[in-house]
Amino acid sequence: MANRQPTKAEIRRQKMEELVIYPIDWLEERSGLVGGIKYFLFRNVPSDINWMQTLGSAALTAFLVQAITGVILAMYYVPSAATDPHTGKPVAWESIVNISDNLTLGWLVRGMHKWGASVFIILMFLHMGRVFLFGAYKYPRELNWIVGVFILLSGLLEGFTGYLLPWDQTAYWATVVGINLNGTAPILGPWLAQFLRSGQEIGLETLPRFYSLHMLILPAGIIGLITLHLYLVVRLGVTSPPWSKEEAGGEPVEADEPARRRGLTQPVPRPANGTRMQAEPGGRD
Amino acid sequence: MEPEQPSPDTEHESLHEEAHLPSPSLWPIGFAIGIVVALVGLIIDPLFITTIGAAIAIVFGVLWARDATRELRRQPVDVEPERREAAAPAAEGGAAGAGLQEPVTRSVFLEGATLGLGGVIGALITLPVAGFMILPGFIRQKQHKVDLGPIEKFPVGSWFVATFIVNPAEGEVSRRAAFVRNNGPVAENGKQVPSFTIISNRCTHVGCPTQANGPTGAILGKPTIKEHTANGPVQFDPVVPAGYGCPCHGSQFDIEGNRTAGPAVRALDRYDFEIDHGRLVLLSTYSVSHVVGTGAQAQIYKYKHYDPGQHVDGPEQWFYPLAPPHH
Repeated sequence: MANRQPTKAEIRRQKMEELVIYPIDWLEERSGLVGGIKYFLFRNVPSDINWMQTLGSAALTAFLVQAITGVILAMYYVPSAATDPHTGKPVAWESIVNISDNLTLGWLVRGMHKWGASVFIILMFLHMGRVFLFGAYKYPRELNWIVGVFILLSGLLEGFTGYLLPWDQTAYWATVVGINLNGTAPILGPWLAQFLRSGQEIGLETLPRFYSLHMLILPAGIIGLITLHLYLVVRLGVTSPPWSKEEAGGEPVEADEPARRRGLTQPVPRPANGTRMQAEPGGRD
Repeated sequence: MEPEQPSPDTEHESLHEEAHLPSPSLWPIGFAIGIVVALVGLIIDPLFITTIGAAIAIVFGVLWARDATRELRRQPVDVEPERREAAAPAAEGGAAGAGLQEPVTRSVFLEGATLGLGGVIGALITLPVAGFMILPGFIRQKQHKVDLGPIEKFPVGSWFVATFIVNPAEGEVSRRAAFVRNNGPVAENGKQVPSFTIISNRCTHVGCPTQANGPTGAILGKPTIKEHTANGPVQFDPVVPAGYGCPCHGSQFDIEGNRTAGPAVRALDRYDFEIDHGRLVLLSTYSVSHVVGTGAQAQIYKYKHYDPGQHVDGPEQWFYPLAPPHH
């Protein structure tokens, strides 16, 4: 049994495995990406986590849906408030009608983007409620709550700027009202309103400005904030539910755990001779 | 060097024991300049300047090669050691200690230079771009005149809803509406001049379009007047308003534009106007806190233009001390 020749099937299988593993090894050796992804996907979480703790991932998925459908919609949408000389109708509105009525599957992708916007906002609020009720915003995760608040604000701004883009009566008047609401903020309100309009009145520049904010500036900001949000989640670990018997901060603390792990739940005892403070032996280097 | 006190430098070098880096040299700079001169010379004067450039490159190239091969030729390499004494403790730091200390070490200088230069380059790129994003909406805002045509079509005392395009270059997006009434001629400086009440239909709550409360169009048996002026098509719908109401949040105004109910914060805005060769021409809008009286005798409490929702009088005006410049 020990010295038997491997069968043809076994050899083929071994070769196939090598074919798959070789590029992965190549990538890992040069970038460490494979290990990083493994670390991200297979990190320890508390054993009694709850389905409610998937709401953050759900919100992330909703954002990705918005990003992907939005990129595709940008291929057909024309952000122009000018009037089409042939039809007498606004160019932006006509391009929306074209997406919905004429282009193959346009109705579906536009619908996904439109309804997905609400789904994204709702999931963010549910996620926020879960974090609040689980007390997951407490030390050391306060900063991640703050980052999340900025993601929520950016998401709401996405809703505000995206609402104008169909350039119909609802869109136009909702934006008139929205800009003037901004204008009533003390001191800087009038300046903010004029910045949003790009002038004293809503004009040809307003729609492209909202389009740029909606699909370039705000998504870039949200992507950066989500990256920071996830980094903090991985660094600080997932919280246990409030009814958990386990310590907050993820995996059970073992004897040889590094001090920074324990630091998540209790102050790290500082050695008397100050080995932690030894960082700068010879001044700046 | 005393083994008891390994300096950070020796530690650092021990990490790179196998690396045989050439000593620092300035000759490559001269070599590069020679190459550049030679290449530029190919365009300007191949015979003369290229020769000079080639000569520079050859001279510096030879010097560089000599320098780089000194170690191979077993000649002593004199590398100026980097001075980095440990900072003397403040207790014993006398005049002697202070004299040896460099005020700025090389690494601190390089750190500062990197951050400073990066900051300058970043600002050079960011500031104009940010300015381009923000400033065009604020400066060189043009005033647009709106030609509403001859004034003979306005019977004294009758109201019209005028719709017009403020800026023909922008088209439909600049379409606005105003309530217009001819108050008849009034004496001014011994002359009879026409008087008009021209009220913007923009609600002073958050900017929705107010509508006239009253019969309009066919019910009145009066025709809608359509004209074509320098501003493109203008339209005048006869109306008998009891006031104006906003469909969005229910603000109500009387016929002079005073707020009578609802969330609006002041009276409706009005248009300045001029009579140019018998034609009614609208100018900028201005804001109004309230109006006393009516028609030509109305006393209008005028303020410069503010956006909807912003108070022009009362303590709330202190929230808006700096309005952007308006034409």
